[in-house]
Amino acid sequence: MRQLGLSAAIREGIIQEMRADDSVILLGEDVGKFGGAFHVTHDMLDEFGANRVWDTPISEAGFTGLGIGAALTGLRPIVEYQYLDFIFCAMDQVVNQAAKIRLMSGGRAKVPLVLRGPQGATGRGAQHSQSIEAYMMHTPGMKVVMPATPFDAKGLIISAIRDDNPVLFVEHKLLYGAASPGGGKALSDSAIQAIGMDVPEEPYAIPLGSADVKRQGSDVTIIATLLMLHRSLTVAAQLAEQGISVEVIDPRSLVPLDVDTIAASVAKTNHVVVVSEDTSRAGVAAELVATINDHCFYDLEAPVQRVAAVDTPIPFGPAAERHVIPQVDDIRAAAYRALSD
Amino acid sequence: MSATIEIRRDPVNCSGQDPAVLLRMFRKMLQAREFEEQLYYLFLTTAMPGTMHQAVGQEAVAVGVVSALNADDTITSTHRGHAHCVAKDVPLNEMMAEMFAKREGSCRGMGGSMHLTDFSKGMLGAFAIVGSGIPIATGAALSARVRNSGQVAVSFFGDGAVNEGIFHEALNMAALWKLPAIYIIENNQYALSMTVEESSAVPNLASRACAYGMPDRRVDGNDVVAVYDATCEAVERARAGDGPTLIEALTYRIRGHARFEAAGYRPEEEVEAWKAADPIERLAAGMIAAGAASADELNRIREEAESAIEDAIEYAQTCTDVEAEDYLAYITAEN
Ligand SMILES: Cc1ncc(C[n+]2csc(CCOP(=O)(O)OP(=O)(O)O)c2C)c(N)n1
Ligand SMILES: [Mg+2]
Repeated sequence: MRQLGLSAAIREGIIQEMRADDSVILLGEDVGKFGGAFHVTHDMLDEFGANRVWDTPISEAGFTGLGIGAALTGLRPIVEYQYLDFIFCAMDQVVNQAAKIRLMSGGRAKVPLVLRGPQGATGRGAQHSQSIEAYMMHTPGMKVVMPATPFDAKGLIISAIRDDNPVLFVEHKLLYGAASPGGGKALSDSAIQAIGMDVPEEPYAIPLGSADVKRQGSDVTIIATLLMLHRSLTVAAQLAEQGISVEVIDPRSLVPLDVDTIAASVAKTNHVVVVSEDTSRAGVAAELVATINDHCFYDLEAPVQRVAAVDTPIPFGPAAERHVIPQVDDIRAAAYRALSD
Repeated sequence: MSATIEIRRDPVNCSGQDPAVLLRMFRKMLQAREFEEQLYYLFLTTAMPGTMHQAVGQEAVAVGVVSALNADDTITSTHRGHAHCVAKDVPLNEMMAEMFAKREGSCRGMGGSMHLTDFSKGMLGAFAIVGSGIPIATGAALSARVRNSGQVAVSFFGDGAVNEGIFHEALNMAALWKLPAIYIIENNQYALSMTVEESSAVPNLASRACAYGMPDRRVDGNDVVAVYDATCEAVERARAGDGPTLIEALTYRIRGHARFEAAGYRPEEEVEAWKAADPIERLAAGMIAAGAASADELNRIREEAESAIEDAIEYAQTCTDVEAEDYLAYITAEN
């Protein structure tokens, strides 16, 4: 089958939804003429015109609010942040407005809005490296989607666009892949697996809240998203050589979370590691540990191991950044810890 | 391209200017230029980490503004901040060491190109969230008022930053309280791919000051003396307690937005026309015309600038790499 990189897959999903539904529009910095800082919106201005592809000024709070207003009045806007770190400029619009309007209106209003952009630590210092999903996971009213493969990305962006709620769609810079249209020097990471690159040309939707078992195993379950999924799969392959069978689960969306798939895996392996690139304290991994304890406590033979970034802004120096962000070795060590009891 | 912006190539008018100030400005502009020219090669050829944004062609703004300040006046900078730091006398060795992520760097290798900081020089930091330095400089101006220190605070930011709401919030407070702040719009005519006309309803960005009753100036940003003179007036006003000024300096980003960005959205003729309006060469011609320096003297300064940067690179390469756990010492301050 035809192979696509992650950004090309997201792009194709957006284009197909825009062709199918005139209410889908794009807003963001450099998304039109320039085709997006990471080329995800390449050539969309040419195809759909300036009435649907809006090159905004650098006004995150403003254009996020515009997205909300447009969503309230019949459109399905997709808002791009050049780096997800910049969504913090728009936090009132996201947290106080987009996420609350449904409840405040007593269910009369809906906000079908996609907020998307890249994140992840890639040597760019503290203001271009952060993982932001925990903030949104903590915000009732928001959905949070985390595609780790091109196949998932296309099916999930289509579901996100069709969803009647505000959805944060998190992309990882290191996963964009060389196949992105517009090219450029691709960032890369040796742990990234060439998985899920067979992407059907026709549109398809992957329901939000459906986890995917990326590798079957019986000794220990590793739950991870985005780049950490790829690092976890690397660990699983390493441990297989030692006769340890690792099951690797990608939740694919954190809100809603597919607890059933996770619980079924825990019932089978009885040992769990959760991995997340965001910081540890009150983070995604912490929430997953709590969820597993809530649902699977009596299936556990050992404490759930949490692997997450150190609680620090991301430092610039490469050795320090590497120390902060979970590496293959950290995940492997956690798997051993989970199995050692 | 802005139809309203005239590209001037004439020598900078240096008559009546202090030769020592002119020489300093020439030296600083060259250092900033050479720093970034060498960075470009370092990014191409070595494992210099991260990214960087060059201010090549815009040096007259940073240098003209800072030359009007005292050493203890403060500035905030942006993602495109190397020239601001050079102008503010941040040691070149420490800047270069920071680029190489060394412990001896101005931010101990924790910040990198986009976050160069040196409190000993009044360089409060480079903020890579567009617009975010504007209220911070305003806070430094408020602090100067509270402490009655006589300092002035300057915020540098791009034409793109004026469309962040925080620009308006900060300017209103500064004008309301007549804070000793100076706002410098480095209008290099692009915010990544977006021209000023494509992103601002009124492309005369200085005119936004009028909403706050704030004096504004629009200057040729490739004329270092014009920038310097406008800033001197603003500094005088600020120190006298008469409040802030908004200065829009019209210039051009000769290079791509970042590192290897090709800037294909710009017409080649436009780039060439601005290259021919080089602020360093315009100053050189003006200094010679005014008899402020000889060609030989200026050539010597060019060579000195080149060797200062060579030395900085050599120095940085002898420094110590940031180690894995260095950052643990910097997360929160110990009381
Ligand atoms: C809040 C925020 N939004 C977007 C960006 C991404 N970004 C970095 S620089 C830039 C363009 C800035 O243009 P301008 O203010 O004119 O400064 P210049 O790059 O021209 O110096 C953009 C969009 C950012 N760093 N911060
Ligand atoms: Mg600009």
